[in-house]
Amino acid sequence: MSLRLEGVSKITNGETHIYPTDIELHKGTMNVLLGPTSAGKTSLMRLMAGLDKPDTGKIYWEDQDVTKHRVQDRDIAMVYQQFVNYPSMTVYDNIASPLKLQKKSAAEVDAKVQEMADLLQLTSILDRKPAEISGGQQQRCAMARALAKDVGLVLMDEPLANLDYKLREELRVEIPRLFEASGSIFVYATTEPEETLLLGGNTATLWEGRITQFGNAMDVYRGPVDETTARVYSDPPMNFISVAKEGAVIRFPDGQSTKLRDDLVNLPDADYQIGFRAHHLETGDNMDGVIEFDANLIVTELTGSDTFVHVDTMNERWIGLVPGLQDFAVGQNLKVGLNPANAFYFGKDGKLVAAPSHDPGKPGE
Amino acid sequence: MSDAAVKKKGRLKFRLSTVVITAYLLFLLIPIYWLIIMSFKSNSEILGAFTLFPDNFTLKNYQTILTDASWYMGYVNSFIYVSLNTVISLTVALPAAYAFSRYRFFGDNHLFFWLLTNRMAPPAVFALPFFQLYSSVSLFDTHIAVALAHCLFNVPLAVWILEGFMRGVPREIDETAFIDGYGFTRFFTKIFIPMIAPGIGVTAFFCFMFSWVELLLSRTLTSVDAKPITAIMTRTVSASGLDWGVLAAAGVLTIIPGAIVIYFVRNHIAKGFALGRV
Repeated sequence: MSLRLEGVSKITNGETHIYPTDIELHKGTMNVLLGPTSAGKTSLMRLMAGLDKPDTGKIYWEDQDVTKHRVQDRDIAMVYQQFVNYPSMTVYDNIASPLKLQKKSAAEVDAKVQEMADLLQLTSILDRKPAEISGGQQQRCAMARALAKDVGLVLMDEPLANLDYKLREELRVEIPRLFEASGSIFVYATTEPEETLLLGGNTATLWEGRITQFGNAMDVYRGPVDETTARVYSDPPMNFISVAKEGAVIRFPDGQSTKLRDDLVNLPDADYQIGFRAHHLETGDNMDGVIEFDANLIVTELTGSDTFVHVDTMNERWIGLVPGLQDFAVGQNLKVGLNPANAFYFGKDGKLVAAPSHDPGKPGE
Repeated sequence: MSDAAVKKKGRLKFRLSTVVITAYLLFLLIPIYWLIIMSFKSNSEILGAFTLFPDNFTLKNYQTILTDASWYMGYVNSFIYVSLNTVISLTVALPAAYAFSRYRFFGDNHLFFWLLTNRMAPPAVFALPFFQLYSSVSLFDTHIAVALAHCLFNVPLAVWILEGFMRGVPREIDETAFIDGYGFTRFFTKIFIPMIAPGIGVTAFFCFMFSWVELLLSRTLTSVDAKPITAIMTRTVSASGLDWGVLAAAGVLTIIPGAIVIYFVRNHIAKGFALGRV
């Protein structure tokens, strides 16, 4: 089984939602579409599902052109961000409805429904209506209905986004398990890099209607091909600063300079963009091998165990993740540090030149 | 404020609201009350004395209506064309409303608004063309003629109300059903219609009511065979003058169907009046 998109694009009301896209998804793979809101995740999924017809390009399912096929004839299932169930039917009938349409025998339908209910912990509420169960259970019901069909392609469009934190954590653990059990191609859309890493598999990063990179989740995380991908695959967004390479050193806008990594010395002298993730911004006293910058603290956000600091330095806004609850005062001066070993180097065109040195063998894919 | 003062204020407020509501109900119900007691009086009492209760309680007026075919056939005729109209309106409006709520097509907004403007023309405008048209295709004085004529204003209304209810159903449900393998017809009847059942009930109620109370078209387009009760009521003048008691009884019987129908949709009627947009 495989799903192949060739030059698929979508234009709605003169606005390009998806630029011509090629992507191939293989049997038994988890594929996460990662991108901010309105990056085109849903549009792309609707094209994969056949709910929308592409303006150009073709969609192949097992090498057969299915671009013009009706949704009913496609071997797919879909779970939406909203909890979509049939309100007039019980949970049991909801799960059973696609099976009944496949003209399965009553015994087969019952066995499958019980199996799905068991898998998704719905057994005790099978005779309730969707309006009578909690949001998490409604989404479980929707997932059970989607998976009961045993289809080749399961599309999940931010299925956990409308759930509260606790339930999200709970269901998120189950998705890989459901994926293992199904053996289908999973496509999962999310806005959260963290979720992408948790689910593993392949990641396709989307930005303004284009897939910027597609590959193994860790490979993309460690070696984003360009600035945009790095930005999309970092939460909070990646911090950037432009530096000038002069021989074996790089010079920062505030005049400081530091020795360049040995393997990068042979790069042509030019301006580069350095990017690094929030947890690599260092504060405090113990900053070994780190270049220090004077920064002005703009905002602090406390999470349960960490502190996000937003600082201004060298005309850039950086966001850092500092362990522990920090008692910084807004507006105070703060020494922030960056270890060049953790930095991504991007060229003027935004393409990755070098990834951090401690990820050997992954210089820009 | 002391407890006593609070209590007093509360009581005063309670009294004021009670007075207002009682007065309101009284004014609303006086004509209906008057109609009901008239229907239990004899003609001589109605014309001769001012009584709040019938002195000589009689069911003769109702007996007249329920035994005289020229009276009760009016109800039968009304029922037939009203039911026909309700069925036709719903059958036509359901798919139309679905299209308006789910698809964007050229001029859909204008068409949708134009539907509502149909309701703004007085029925009298259409009486003449309908009369001439139906006479020439020999539909004159048939139930279907009145039912079709009433579609003129009931179909747009039904489309508007249903569209409002359908808009409340997320499009994702349709898509999920199609993905699950439902064909359109099956989806529409098995999943979609149950979801907007209250809307259909309210729409049916409105169609029923407007068709039931409409007088001008139904009187113009019928003579004998399909003559509705409202037409009979307004024409009944016997040799001895107006038969007040019988007319009152007919009036009471005309109110009853509406009251029964409204009972079933009472919880959704407000949404219906807002054309489904609440």
